[in-house]
Amino acid sequence: MSHVISVFIENHRILERDFVFNIKILLLSLSLLPTLALAEIQEFKLANGMKIIVQEDRRAPVVVSQVWYRAGALDEVNGKTGVAHVLEHMMFKGTKTLKAGQFSRMIAAAGGKENAFTGQDYTCYFQQLEKSHLPLSIKLEADRMANLVITDAEFAKEIKVVMEERRWRTEDKPQSRVNEQFQSTAFKAHPYARPVVGWMNDLENMTAADAREWYNNWYAPNNATLVVVGDVKAANVVKLAKQHFGKLKAKKLPARKPQTEPPQMGERRLVVKAPGKLPYLAMGFHTPTLVDNPTTAEQGWEPYALDVLAGVMSGNDSARLNQKLVRETSVAIDVGAGYDSTSRGRESLFELVATPAEGKTVQDIEAALIAQIELIKTSGVTQQELDRVKAAVIAADVYQRDSMFYQAMQIGQLETMNYSWRLLKDYPEKLKAVTSEQIQAVAKKYLIKDNMTVATLDPQPIDPNVIPAKPYVR
Amino acid sequence: MLNTLKNLIFITSLLLASTANAAVKISHWQTSTGAQVYFVENHDLPIIDLSVAFPAGSARDTKATSGVAGVTRYMMTLGADGMNEEAITNAFADIGANMGGELDVDRAAFKLRTLTSESAKALQTFNKILHKPDFPQAILEREKTRIVAGLKESATQPESIGSKAFMQALYPNHPYGMDESGEIETITAMKRDDLIAFYNTNYTAKSAVIALMGDMTEAQAKTIAEDAAKGLPQTAAVPKIAEVTYPQSANTQRIAHPASQAHIFLGYPGIKRGDADYFALYLGNYVLGGGGFVSRLTEEVREKRGLVYSVYSYFMPMAEVGPFQIGLQTKKEQADEATKVVNATVAKFIANGVTEKELKAAKDNIIGGFPMRIDSNAKILDYLSLIGFHKLPLTYLEDFNKSVAKVTAAQIKDAFQRRVKPEHFVSVTVGAQ
Repeated sequence: MSHVISVFIENHRILERDFVFNIKILLLSLSLLPTLALAEIQEFKLANGMKIIVQEDRRAPVVVSQVWYRAGALDEVNGKTGVAHVLEHMMFKGTKTLKAGQFSRMIAAAGGKENAFTGQDYTCYFQQLEKSHLPLSIKLEADRMANLVITDAEFAKEIKVVMEERRWRTEDKPQSRVNEQFQSTAFKAHPYARPVVGWMNDLENMTAADAREWYNNWYAPNNATLVVVGDVKAANVVKLAKQHFGKLKAKKLPARKPQTEPPQMGERRLVVKAPGKLPYLAMGFHTPTLVDNPTTAEQGWEPYALDVLAGVMSGNDSARLNQKLVRETSVAIDVGAGYDSTSRGRESLFELVATPAEGKTVQDIEAALIAQIELIKTSGVTQQELDRVKAAVIAADVYQRDSMFYQAMQIGQLETMNYSWRLLKDYPEKLKAVTSEQIQAVAKKYLIKDNMTVATLDPQPIDPNVIPAKPYVR
Repeated sequence: MLNTLKNLIFITSLLLASTANAAVKISHWQTSTGAQVYFVENHDLPIIDLSVAFPAGSARDTKATSGVAGVTRYMMTLGADGMNEEAITNAFADIGANMGGELDVDRAAFKLRTLTSESAKALQTFNKILHKPDFPQAILEREKTRIVAGLKESATQPESIGSKAFMQALYPNHPYGMDESGEIETITAMKRDDLIAFYNTNYTAKSAVIALMGDMTEAQAKTIAEDAAKGLPQTAAVPKIAEVTYPQSANTQRIAHPASQAHIFLGYPGIKRGDADYFALYLGNYVLGGGGFVSRLTEEVREKRGLVYSVYSYFMPMAEVGPFQIGLQTKKEQADEATKVVNATVAKFIANGVTEKELKAAKDNIIGGFPMRIDSNAKILDYLSLIGFHKLPLTYLEDFNKSVAKVTAAQIKDAFQRRVKPEHFVSVTVGAQ
């Protein structure tokens, strides 16, 4: 359901090691994309605490193997933002027995595709291979889980690559800059305020020792989950995992302090100026996520209601925002809404983004978005709209089984966020049970001005003769 | 080093495995109206995937009508047989069906994914879009405004500026050089009649390529294809696109921009689909800049020097000669240094070709990776459409690994020397100092 918003949050939520690997990872927010009904998921745990989750799928003679670490931007501290992502890059730079780049060459020689990505909640490494090569993948991942070597020379080169990545993703993209500033305004205390790629200043001052410290802290079997989906036998996967990961020692992980965002006490606004032509607006409201053991009834159903609300607002081209704001009134040329019901930090935002049409201002678009929110509060949603969300849930449940990678992603994300993959089982039913009254209730409770952050882009004309000011960091 | 011998054993077993699994049984026929149909039956999932493609890409535009192809395709989905845009979207949403499509220089395509149980309803709406587009005037005016706004924004962003300048310089007198999205002036001037005329000329049954994949029998597929084709314009087949002329001298453009990175594009007209040099160039390019983290360009520019996040090269084979393109972005102060490294890497590659070790690595990856090319219905559907549109042999997938295996280092060197001329490269740098 987060189709439009996925583009919006791509730049600060998940970074890939290489942008050639350009699948829409963010489409994988749980919304409308639940259960894995047919194939049964099997779960195991090694003595050292590593979790193994296998889903057998024999539709093609291939396998997806992903190692997920419960270490992401969420776990970083000020002054070292971006280190989770930098370490992800360093994971391809050699171990005690492998030279830099050798990992990639061995996977390539086996016909495999591989990459990695870092998000606020996790870091994930994956390979896609013809099924007989799973042992290679497991062996290599176990090796770099324990035996990584970070030399000063390799670090010095790779940190430059990461700074180029930041320039490419954020510095020169007006909307990315807005999104980064938006995030750090909506969140003040919580680590979600910080960009996954890190502030440029922190990257400029990062050292190989910082990367080593990160690796030593978080890379351990008891902080990792192996997810395998494909034409495999679960027992064989477990055997392989025991053989390679089983010999690694568990570590005492650093204490994770609970971090919560203090309640917002009034609306927050910011403006970003950057070269471009079109203005842009991002609006967000603090919202709850799913929790493990709900202590109130609201904790149980509110996230599902927010998810359905996002679907009613922008689940397809005839959903409310596009239909009213783009098609009927032409206030916007582009609009979307999104919400993630899950996160490891147990914080979420209900977000709306829009690009005003020519002759319209960001004020016009803000008023139009607020009007749509108010309409939900006063009149709720129709049965037809709810039925469409249900139809999408039922269909997506089947469609997703055409992609093994996607199925593995869902399992890995949930496990690493401290939920269970079992959440997937009930998800469609929970969404289907949402009522119009519940949607009204969450809109009234959370989509209110005192809980709102609004970021706008003020596009600046381009004068090629002017040398740009030093970017906003520093 | 991990045990290399063990690694080799893996590779051997892989070759056996992938050969055994290469079979995708494709059925092919022609509808009574002349459309070409490609079908693979598979009942693993209760899903039907359908794609209908036409030679109605942006290469069918002229400089005066640039953008008509794209707007025609898109507008077909915004009103058909009396259903308005809202009704169309809702008809699909009500049953959880996904309708999509794509446009490139050669092709305009519509795609449908539906649950088998809902396929009759989904096809009813889908066929209206194909057969009876209304092109409502008011919607067209609204969409023109949106497109123009997008074009104005693109004209300020370095990646778009560079990509557009590159294609124009590479194809100065060929429709491949035009922007698929059109120009502000041509979009503004576009009339409803232009779309109707474009539809009638280019969306003909005789030129349609229908691909079907999934949960249906061949008899059912025949009915679906027959129905999809019979309501299309029964006019003449669409003629071929003009041939591409090659640049006779270097063309270097430096465009100022305040961004922190320079965006650099280099290239030359590359190859067509079905080209005899295809596999030699494809394998060679894997070594040069196509093989992700293991290519020479990535090694030289990123891994050794830390100059970029991304550097790549690719051949984009099209109906006519599509581009061979190299791209990178780097802090503008080091743009010249990075370009120098790229040029030296390319020059050395063309002069000497690939080593036997590199060739083996390329073959191991491409041959061994074959099962991943066809591991989902969605991927197979795209292959069916590709095979049909470019009239590739039905055995294309079956033969793929054999064709790759046959390529020699000498063939790669020869093909690159004949086909890629760095001394005549088009080179565009946006954000040059």
